[in-house]
Amino acid sequence: MNRSLLLMNRSLLLKLLSAAVVFGAWEIAGRIPVSFGFPTFFESMLALANMVGDGSLFEAYSDTLRPLVIGLIISAFLGIGIGLWIGLSSWFDWLVLPIFIVMQAAPLAALIPLLVMVYGIGLTSKIFVVCIMAMPVIVLNTAGGVRNAPTNLKEMGRSFLGNERDIVLKVIIPSASPIIFSGLRLGTSAGFIGAILSELKITPTGVGDIITYSRSIADYPSMYAAIFSIIVLAVLFLNLLERIERWLFEGNVRGYASD
Amino acid sequence: MDMHRTEAGGVPEPAVSARRISKTYGHVEALRNLTLEFPRGQLTSLLGPSGCGKTTLLKIIAGLLEPTSGEVQVNGAPVTGPGPDRAFVFQDFALLPWASVLRNVAFGLELRGVGRTEREGIAEKYIRNVGLAGFENNFPHELSGGMRQRVGLARALAVDSQVLLMDEPFSAVDEQTRRKFQEDLLGLVAEENKTFLFVTHSIEEAVYVSDQIAILLPRPSRVSDVIRPSGLRAKDVADIRRDPEYLDIVDQIWASLRNYVE
Repeated sequence: MNRSLLLMNRSLLLKLLSAAVVFGAWEIAGRIPVSFGFPTFFESMLALANMVGDGSLFEAYSDTLRPLVIGLIISAFLGIGIGLWIGLSSWFDWLVLPIFIVMQAAPLAALIPLLVMVYGIGLTSKIFVVCIMAMPVIVLNTAGGVRNAPTNLKEMGRSFLGNERDIVLKVIIPSASPIIFSGLRLGTSAGFIGAILSELKITPTGVGDIITYSRSIADYPSMYAAIFSIIVLAVLFLNLLERIERWLFEGNVRGYASD
Repeated sequence: MDMHRTEAGGVPEPAVSARRISKTYGHVEALRNLTLEFPRGQLTSLLGPSGCGKTTLLKIIAGLLEPTSGEVQVNGAPVTGPGPDRAFVFQDFALLPWASVLRNVAFGLELRGVGRTEREGIAEKYIRNVGLAGFENNFPHELSGGMRQRVGLARALAVDSQVLLMDEPFSAVDEQTRRKFQEDLLGLVAEENKTFLFVTHSIEEAVYVSDQIAILLPRPSRVSDVIRPSGLRAKDVADIRRDPEYLDIVDQIWASLRNYVE
């Protein structure tokens, strides 16, 4: 027990240490300064504290999170559903897979004007941007994981009298889960990028607005504070996903580098 | 049970019979017109060099593969797919890596719709029987190869099928563990009133564990010989390998197989 406590402390210590190194480098780079537009770590944190203090950060996030969360939920459910179908049916694979490969490869920023033309400048367009960013990788990973589910496990399921549904739910999905979850992690990161991109490119709201506005009035600490906060949020979100994965499929997880 | 162990000449009626089985994959002929019977309550080995179609035959009997022509009967009923009368032990164990030992052993029962408490009770009993008590909540990757195959065996025993199909079950474990498994298997055949079909490429293993050995030869695949050791079952497990009959049969099989090994 003592040893595990020590190990836990050690991993915590290492995390704190690496944070200190990164933030220290940031502080030094800001003090040199490497650029007029690059604030120090402490200035940025002060700006962050101010934004938290006057509540403007929470207001901004209530705008940013709406398209992000709705888009991610749609992408996760639809993406895993479509991916499953592609992985299980060669006919559907032939029909649909190319669309997602194209979506994955397409330069998204070029599509935004088209989306705005069709869906206007409101929430719908922003949700679309998040979905287009997040969904392809979720679909492609799910399809790949399902297609490569080990034959011997599927055979085992059949020989012990599992029906199609049992085999999909109890063998194929769990065995594809590490790849599905890595798709979800990549999709989530892409969704965050999409949410901010839509606020920079469509209409400035939420965190995107803070970034654009602070830059226009040369309030660089606030700008970097906003960027910093979105990174922290994305990391927390990815950690949450990893926890869900570990809780669902414990034996599949043989210790990744957590956090 | 002992009534099945009659002396040579009194072979028990077959629990499984394969009749005129052929199987082709594209242009490759895996089995041609193969007929073989598996006596009830006994262990029959399918022995032969790799590529002779022994695993294909076992999977056809399991209902996992369809023969191109011919028919398999289990207790007189034709096989059309996997059934509750047969359970499979896989060469590579085929355990669910995300499931505990307990859930893996109970998985066959889970797929049959047995309630959780009941199936876990049954699984716990078989986990004890195969000597894995205390490992119920471990995951497969925490076990050694031998222990994993014990889980695979417990899963097959837990569904209580009359026929046990074993596809080179001991080939992925180390030599010492394999010897222990072979001894345990003899005990299992004596205790459980089940019919065992056992695929192996080891001549010694086949002679050690079998009541009947079917030697399969490739190109074209066929049963070249069926050998029934007569006096080995009465011997103590420790003495079998020194028995003249054991040594003679091993030699005889090697003499007939050596021409087919590249």
